[in-house]
Amino acid sequence: MKTIGPLFLLALLSALTLYSCSNDPVDTGSVLQRGLPTDPESLDLHKARSTQALEVLRDIGEGLVAYSPGGELQPAAAERWEISDDGLNYTFYLRPDARWSNGDAVTAEHFVFALRRLVTPATAAFYANMLSDVVNAPEIVTGDEPPEAMGVAAVDDLTLVLRLVRPTPYLLSLLTHPSTFPLHPGTIAESGDGFAKPGNLLSNGAYVLDAWVPGSVIALRRNENYWDNANTAIDGVNYHVVVQDAAELNRYRADELHITSTVPPDNFAELKTQFGAELHIAPYLGLYYYGFNLAKPPFKDNRALRKALSMAIDREQLATKIVGRGEAPAFSWVPPGVDSYKPTVFGFESLKPEERENLARRLYKEAGYNEQKPLRFELRYNTSDTNKKIAVAVQSMWRNVLGAEATLINEEFQVLLSNMREAEVTQAFRSSWMGDYNDAHTFLSVLQAGSAANMPRYANDEYESLMRRAASQVDPERRRLFLEEAERVMLADHPVIPLYFYVSKHLVKPQVSGWGDNVLDYHYSQHLSLSATE
Amino acid sequence: MLRYTLLRVLGAIPTLLLVIVLAFLMVHAAPGGPFDDERALPADVEANIRGAYHLDEPLPKQFIRYLSGLVQGDLGPSYRYRDYTVSELIGQSFPLSLQLGVLAMALAIAVGVSAGTVAALRQDSYLDRIVMAFSMTGISIPVFVFAPVLVLLFAVKLQWLPAGWSSTSGSSRLLLPVITLALPQIAYIARLTRASMIDVLGRDFIRTARAQGLGTMTIVRLHALKPAMLPVLSYMGPAIAAILTGSVVVEEIFGIPGLGQFFVRGALNRDYTLVLGIVVFYATLIVFLNLVVDVLYSALDPRVRYQ
Amino acid sequence: MSLLRNRAISVSGAIIVATAACAVVGPWISPNDYISTDFDRLLLAPTTAGAHLFGTDDLGRDLFVRTMLGIRVTLLVAIVASFVSLIIGVAYGAIAGFVGGRVDAAMMRFVDTLYALPFIFFVILLMVAFERNFLLIFVAIGAVNWLDMARIVRGQTLSLKEREFVAAARLTGVSTGRIIFRHIAPNLIGIVVVYMTLTIPQAILVESFLSFLGLGVQEPRTSLGALVDAGVNLMEGASWTLLIPAGLLAVLLMCFNFLGDGLRDFFDARHTT
Repeated sequence: MKTIGPLFLLALLSALTLYSCSNDPVDTGSVLQRGLPTDPESLDLHKARSTQALEVLRDIGEGLVAYSPGGELQPAAAERWEISDDGLNYTFYLRPDARWSNGDAVTAEHFVFALRRLVTPATAAFYANMLSDVVNAPEIVTGDEPPEAMGVAAVDDLTLVLRLVRPTPYLLSLLTHPSTFPLHPGTIAESGDGFAKPGNLLSNGAYVLDAWVPGSVIALRRNENYWDNANTAIDGVNYHVVVQDAAELNRYRADELHITSTVPPDNFAELKTQFGAELHIAPYLGLYYYGFNLAKPPFKDNRALRKALSMAIDREQLATKIVGRGEAPAFSWVPPGVDSYKPTVFGFESLKPEERENLARRLYKEAGYNEQKPLRFELRYNTSDTNKKIAVAVQSMWRNVLGAEATLINEEFQVLLSNMREAEVTQAFRSSWMGDYNDAHTFLSVLQAGSAANMPRYANDEYESLMRRAASQVDPERRRLFLEEAERVMLADHPVIPLYFYVSKHLVKPQVSGWGDNVLDYHYSQHLSLSATE
Repeated sequence: MLRYTLLRVLGAIPTLLLVIVLAFLMVHAAPGGPFDDERALPADVEANIRGAYHLDEPLPKQFIRYLSGLVQGDLGPSYRYRDYTVSELIGQSFPLSLQLGVLAMALAIAVGVSAGTVAALRQDSYLDRIVMAFSMTGISIPVFVFAPVLVLLFAVKLQWLPAGWSSTSGSSRLLLPVITLALPQIAYIARLTRASMIDVLGRDFIRTARAQGLGTMTIVRLHALKPAMLPVLSYMGPAIAAILTGSVVVEEIFGIPGLGQFFVRGALNRDYTLVLGIVVFYATLIVFLNLVVDVLYSALDPRVRYQ
Repeated sequence: MSLLRNRAISVSGAIIVATAACAVVGPWISPNDYISTDFDRLLLAPTTAGAHLFGTDDLGRDLFVRTMLGIRVTLLVAIVASFVSLIIGVAYGAIAGFVGGRVDAAMMRFVDTLYALPFIFFVILLMVAFERNFLLIFVAIGAVNWLDMARIVRGQTLSLKEREFVAAARLTGVSTGRIIFRHIAPNLIGIVVVYMTLTIPQAILVESFLSFLGLGVQEPRTSLGALVDAGVNLMEGASWTLLIPAGLLAVLLMCFNFLGDGLRDFFDARHTT
C-alpha cells in the first residue's frame, strides 16, 4: 500500500506538470536577445553596483549625458549645458519633451531628488561617492550634513544647476553613470522598497522593465513615451542570464542570442576563424593585476624584490598565449585609450626578454634571495578558469627565472575580498580594476591612501601631493602632467604588478547594426537595430 | 489517530531545529560576507548596510531574529537579489525544480522498468547486452560531461532543441534537461529491474503460471511485475536524492532558475538568508511528506500506531 | 580461490589494479612532471615526441603525468571517503541492530530523517565554509554517505542476531562484545565489502561534481573529475583532453560496479545454503 500511493501521486504530478504555464515574457516585434553573465543585484539605481546591473539600467533610464556608439559624449536628458569659467558651476537645460513611461514630464526636481537620495546615508548607495566633487556631497555621506545641503538645485522645472568643490574635468563623463540618473519620487512614495520591480519601476529611458525572472531573463519593452522613441528601432530587449561562458557561446551558435556578454577563454584562435567579423574585441578600461600586501613581509619595504617579481614575468607571452583574446600586456597602471592621457610605462618594457630576466635575477639577489634561499610566498586568486591558468603560468615563470616558489591558493571571490581588505594573511593576490568613467583619475584614485579599493595599502606622500595638485588644476594640460607624474612615482615603487589590460569581447550577429566598440563598453540598445532575417 | 499525528509532528520539530542550526552555523562560518566587492564599500556605507541587515549583531541574536521571522513565515530578504525576498525566490524556483524532478523520475521509471524487463525476458540476447551496456555507460559518465555533448549535438549542430531555458517558453526546452537528469536513473533502474525480474521469473509460482498455459506478457503483467518492482521501490528514496543532486548540475548547465542553482549561487555569494531558506524549505518539505505518508499508512494499518 | 573464478571480479579487479599500478609507476618513468608549463607546446595531440603520450593541455603541461596523478587522487579520495563512511556506518548500524528496541528505533528514525535531507547541500556548505581543504573532501563525502551503510549493516545485524549460532553463543555465556566481534562481524564483511565497491563510484562522482562547481581538489593537484571538467571546455578542437580522462573515469566506474556485482553474487552464493 505504501508503495502504490507514491506511484500514483507521481503519475498525477507528471501529468499536471506537463501542462504548467510558464511566466516568461511574450515576444512581439523585433526583440534583441542579449547575454548577461549574472543577475543584477538590484534595479534600484542606487543599490546597483555590478557592470551587468549598470548595463540594464542604461537601457531603462537616461541621465543628463550619454555616449554615442563611437564613444563621444552627447546630450541625453539635457539638451545643452553651460560650464562656468572656473569650472565650478554647471547649468543643465533639460529637454522639454522628456517623459517618464507613465507620461509625466521629467523635471529638474526629479534629478535633485535622485542625487540627494544617492548621497543619503540611509540609502547605503554603492556609488555614493561618485559625485564627491559636488559641494557637500562627502559630508552628507558621512552624515555631517543633511541631504538638502547638496550642491544641486532646480532653478525651474527644466534647469538644473550643479556646484562643484573643484573643477572636475570629467564631470560630464560621470553624469553618464546610472547612479546619477533621475528618479520619479511618486513611485518610491507608493511602492516603497518594491519600486524597482517590474510593473512599478518607471523609466525615462528608451525601454521599460517588463519582467524579471531571477536567474533566467530580464525583459524590457519599448517606452512609448520616451522623447526619442521615434528613433528607437528595436521593440524589446531580453537580457538572458547565462553564467557559463561556454553555455552562452552555445546559445549564440544556436541563434538564440544576438549579442554575447563575453567569449570563452578556450580555443580563441578557433573562434576567430569561425566567427570572423562577428567577434568584437576592443580595448576596455580595465586592468588585471597582481597586488602585494605592502603592510606585511616579505613584500613590505622590499622594493627590489617586488620589482624582481614584476620583471620576471613575460607579459607578452601571457597576454598572447595564455589569455590570448587580444588583450594587451600592461606595462603601466592606467590603460591606453583614456581621454587625453598618455600612460607612463615601466622602464623595462623595451628590454629584450634575456636582459629583463637577468636584471630580475640581480634584483632578486639584491633583495636577499637566491637558489639556496628561495623566496616562498602565497599567491591568492579567486576561482575562475582564466585566473587559474594565469596563476599557474606566472608561478612557473617565477620558478624558472628566479627560483622563487609561489604557492597558489584558490579562494572564492567573497573570501579573497575579505582577506585582501583585512591584509592579514595575504602576500600576493590577484585583483582587477574597471574604470567608472573615462579619465585617468578613476585608476589613479584607487591607490590613494583613503581609497577602500587600495588593496595593496599603498601610501606615498609624494603620490598624494601630486594627486591633490592635479585635482585643483583647471587647465587640462597641467592636470595631465601632474597625473602622469603621479603614475610615474607610483610605478617606480612597484606596489602592484600590472599584467594585462582587458578587452571587451562580444559576439554580435550580423543582423545587428549600430554596434560601436568603445573603451567603456557601453552599448545602449536604443542605438541598435535588427535587420529581419529570422 | 490524532494523538499519533500530534506525536509525529512534535517529533519532527527537533530534527528541523537541528537542521536549521547546522545550516545557520555553516553559512556564517564561511569567510567573507554578502556585501564584499572589489570596489570596496566606503566604510560608512558598509556600516549602514550591515546595520540595515542586522549583520553587526552577535550571532546568537541574529539566529533568534531569524527563528522568530521563520515562525511567522518570513524567510527574510535575499542579500544578493536585493529587490526580492527569499520566499519570492523560492516560490518562483521550486515549481521549476519540481517539474524537472518529477518528469525525470517518471521518465526514469517508465523507460528503466521497460528496458530492464525486456532485457530480463531476452536474457543473454543481443538486446539484453545492448541494454546492459547502455545502462553501464549511464552510470559511469558524469552528468556534466554528456549534458554539454547533448547540447552541442541537439541544440547547436542540429538546432532541434533550444540551447537555453529562457530562449523559448515552449515545453521543448524541458526535453534536454529532463533527459539528462533522468539518464543515470534510467540506467540504474534498468539494471535493478533486470536483476529483480530475472530472479522473480525463476521462482516457482511463475513456473506454475506458465504450466497453466498463461502467455509471457500476461505473466509479466499480472504476476511478475509487482514483486519485481520491490527493489525499485526501495530505491526510490536514493533515487530522489540522486535527482536532487543531479538537478544542481543540470540547472547550472542549462541555465534553469531552479532551487539547486539558487542554492549554489547563494552559498558562493554568502546570501545567508537564501541558503538557509532553501535548506529549511527542503527539510520541512521532506519531513512533512514523510509525516503524511506515515499518517496515511497508520490510518490504513492500525497496528502501526501502537508500535 | 573461488573468488577469482568469477569473471566479473577477476577482470574488473585486474583492470583496477593495473590502472592503479600505472598511476603509481607512470609519473616515475615519464620524463615530464605535472606542473611544468610550456607555452610553445599548447594543446598538442597525443604524440611520442617529448613523451607526451596523452598530449598537452592548454598550458602546455603533459597530460599523461597529470592523468596518472589524477587517477591517484581520484582513487585516494574515493577509497578514503568510502572508508570513512564505512567506519561510521558499520559502527552505527551494528550498534543499532544489536541493541535493538527503542534505541534502534530512535537511531533509525534519525537516519531516515538525515536520509531525506539534500546531502549535497551540506557538502557544498561544508566546502564553502571550510575553504576547500583537501582533507575535508574525504570527510565531507564520507560523512554524508554512511547512511546506506548503516542501514544495511543494521539489517544484517538484526537478522544475524536471531540466528542459531548467536543464541548458542549467548547460552554458553559468551559476552556481548565477543559475540559482536567473533560472530557477527565476520558475517558482515561480505555485505560491507560489496557496499564499499558501490560507494566508491558514488564518491568518485561526487568529487567530480564538486570539481565541476570549482570546489574540488585545487591546483596544481588534479583529479579525474577536474581533468574531465577542463576537457569539457576544450572538447571542440582538443577532444583528447576530454576523451582520455572521461574514458578512464568511465572505465574505473564500470569496473567498480562490476566488481560490486560480482562480489555480491559471490557472497550470495555462499549464503544461500
